[in-house]
Amino acid sequence: MAGAIRIAHLSDIPEGEGRLVEAAGMHLAVFRTRAGVFATQPECPHRQGPLADGLTGTHTIMCPLHDRTYDLRTGAGVNTECSITTYPLTVGEDGAIMLAAAAG
Amino acid sequence: MTRQRLVVIGNGMAGARAVEEVLARGGADMFDITMFGDEPYGNYNRIMLSNVLSGVQDASEIYINPLDWYADNAITLHTGSPVTEIDRAARVVMSEAGVKAHYDVLLIATGSRAFIPPVENIRNDKGELREGVFGFRSIDDCTGIMATAKRSKVAAVIGGGLLGLEAARGLLNHGCEVHVIHLSKHLMNAQLDTQGGAILRRQMEEMGVVIHLGKSTEAVLGDGRITGLRFKDGDTLACDMLVVSAGIRPNVEVAQRAGLTVERAIVVDNHMRCLDDRRIFVVGECAQHRGKVYGLVAPLWDQAKVFADHVTDRNLDAAYHGSKLATKLKVMGVELASMGITDPVDERDEVIQFSEPGRGTYKKLIVREGRLVGGILMGDISKAAYLMQAFDRDSKLPEERLGLLFDLGTPSQKITLDEMPADQQVCNCNGVTKEAIGACVKSGRKTTKAVMDATRAGMGCGSCKSLVGEVVAWFAGGAVEEDPSIHYYVPCIPMTKPELVAAVRDQELRSVSSVFRALSGGIEDAASKPALASLLITIWAGEYEDERDARFINDRVHANIQKDGTFSVVPEMAGGVTSPDDLIRIAEVAKKYNVPLVKLTGGQRIDLVGISKEDLPKVWADLGMPSGHAYGKSYRTCKSCIGTEFCRFGLGDSMGLATKIEKRFRGVDSPAKLKLATAGCPRNCSEAMVKDIGAVAIGNDKWEIYVGGAAGAHIRKGDVLCTVDGEDAVMQITARFMQYYRENAKWKERTYTFVERVGIERLRAVVVDDSDGIVEALDAAMQRSVDAAYDPWQEAVHPRTANQFSDLLVADGAG
Repeated sequence: MAGAIRIAHLSDIPEGEGRLVEAAGMHLAVFRTRAGVFATQPECPHRQGPLADGLTGTHTIMCPLHDRTYDLRTGAGVNTECSITTYPLTVGEDGAIMLAAAAG
Repeated sequence: MTRQRLVVIGNGMAGARAVEEVLARGGADMFDITMFGDEPYGNYNRIMLSNVLSGVQDASEIYINPLDWYADNAITLHTGSPVTEIDRAARVVMSEAGVKAHYDVLLIATGSRAFIPPVENIRNDKGELREGVFGFRSIDDCTGIMATAKRSKVAAVIGGGLLGLEAARGLLNHGCEVHVIHLSKHLMNAQLDTQGGAILRRQMEEMGVVIHLGKSTEAVLGDGRITGLRFKDGDTLACDMLVVSAGIRPNVEVAQRAGLTVERAIVVDNHMRCLDDRRIFVVGECAQHRGKVYGLVAPLWDQAKVFADHVTDRNLDAAYHGSKLATKLKVMGVELASMGITDPVDERDEVIQFSEPGRGTYKKLIVREGRLVGGILMGDISKAAYLMQAFDRDSKLPEERLGLLFDLGTPSQKITLDEMPADQQVCNCNGVTKEAIGACVKSGRKTTKAVMDATRAGMGCGSCKSLVGEVVAWFAGGAVEEDPSIHYYVPCIPMTKPELVAAVRDQELRSVSSVFRALSGGIEDAASKPALASLLITIWAGEYEDERDARFINDRVHANIQKDGTFSVVPEMAGGVTSPDDLIRIAEVAKKYNVPLVKLTGGQRIDLVGISKEDLPKVWADLGMPSGHAYGKSYRTCKSCIGTEFCRFGLGDSMGLATKIEKRFRGVDSPAKLKLATAGCPRNCSEAMVKDIGAVAIGNDKWEIYVGGAAGAHIRKGDVLCTVDGEDAVMQITARFMQYYRENAKWKERTYTFVERVGIERLRAVVVDDSDGIVEALDAAMQRSVDAAYDPWQEAVHPRTANQFSDLLVADGAG
């Protein structure tokens, strides 16, 4: 994919967990659920909780500080009025997690 | 049986009540009843006169027995006709109007009248109260006061007792400037002490009443109408009207003339019969029993029953033994309860007192040898019912005296939901108000859970959950729907905990993801993961397939996440016992990693707060101490006191026992955190009675085991599960209780809820008496969990997942 940036490898992120990643000059929370990989803004808009440390559902992330939960596909809040920014990712055949350049 | 004639002198609350009691015992078939009343009305509730005066109620609303009631019960009523003579020989009474009535049984219930002190010029030439001067005792008094208040600017009230203050309130409502003149040094001196009186005074003054204390009225000024008052100290007060409420005097004149024994009032025996004539009974404020004359209604009700039991032959053993004076009242909107003495009178009397004058709250109890002999509650009278009962029954008070004044552990007396202001917060953690919940219900969410999800009410510390439920029900007005999912162990799998446990065992589901695959269509719910993990660990112990993503972050990195994303590190310190070497090591680590905060915890350990995730493994390695498990839903810690080691009061080795407990149960998961303590004697320095499990040494190697205590968001004293011999027995019962709790509690259900839900008797039956025959299984299951537990800080050397402790992965940026 032209212009896409490699931000991590599948092996960097254990299944069901998230990690905070620095790429293209910014921080991203990157998640690998049993349904795919997702990237969002790193902090919860509520009280700046570290989303990468949250618990994931199939398509959700729950902030570890106060349980605000967001849809990883759209960024929409599930139990909150707040929403978060998401970034489209792709996974290469070698397991590389790529961020679409436009997003950067 | 031939019908007898019952004549009642007095148609007030006592007379009418006594007749009601007679009728309730079949008296209509036994007696022809005749009643004489001074006032031209039926019987009314004199206590409510203050409401009539203040305009809250109309006079017509306070009748207990309107005139129809007399006709319906075939009672001959002579109103407006005071009895002037009792002829005991002829058994006849005669009224002022000349009415004669023969009696077989006579009841005197003449009550009392307002006491008018001998103040100069208070009466006119005819001996009547001067124009503008009133007693405050009858409907006629009330009517007169109201009519006069309308055209008066300044009203004075003599008497700062209950009635005087009620009169003052009523006069305020009629737009008068009101002055209360009281002889004593503080208001309501019969019910309050100096301090309570001062608080009441302040509240009265805030409402606009001018209070004059220690003031004696010498004369009423004015020739025709009253124009003012002159006091003994020479001061004067101009006023347009005066209400005298300086106490009451029993109406005993007719009895006196009939030759009955009269002291302060008419003297009666335990059957309410007068001493001189077996046919004559006396009840109410005109009766003197064992030297006491009562001016409250409660004694009167009891007296009326005894009287009725005797005259109807219903119960000839019935006896009145006197009343202990306790009363609840509302003075000008201030709630008050008073019982017994107001100040200590005996060397043995101890006083328990709480005072918050700014809020008008004052509580004082006088305890003599463990029993309540007096009490005053002002402002907050939520404990009044309990205390009045304890006072009345002379029952032994609990040792825990603070609980006498305040509700500890149980929810405090709630204001009703109707009274709750719309903007009052129901959930303080998430700032959700009553009206926000109302709006949510109106928008169509009819279950508590739906409202909680939408508003987040009850989803902080959780202590308001039941209140949220009540508010939802109140708004839904009966249309509240029960969400079946509240009974599910986790919302995404429609099974209760026992059903889920059975399914997990049957299908041998050993990992959280396998549970989702088998039971919820593969859809994973983030919040359910730790709950399922906890359940699986309890079921499978060492066979549990640990998936790290099912753990809350604290359990992934074995530290407690803080608001800024850093973590806190608490090394194990069994029983709160440490050593110089350990302290030096902790100090050196704190310096080396620039730990921003070093704090002693409530669990007798040292907390290093503000450590980055990346530093965690290094910190643990440098500490070289095992984890204190201060982060998970698991056994946390066991506090202790000095015990027998050094303490001069110690009865048991609390430190040694705490260490044994810690070494055995550390790392054992549970539905919610478990905080324990051991105390070497009942002084309970380690607060074992408010722990999830607490062991208290009581001597001779015996220990009391408390369960279900709490002193956090919820406060509850634990229940005594049992008393056991020796430390081994403590270990065994602790293990069995913990395991039963692990298997049966809901996720995040603390023991204080669990113990109340299951009931201490049931728990005792299961874990102490083995009623279900499962203690061996509990022992075995706990042993498996103990064997499977490990020190997670060993992961410092061998990380379990990729980048387990990295704060940030830096991409190499290659395209």
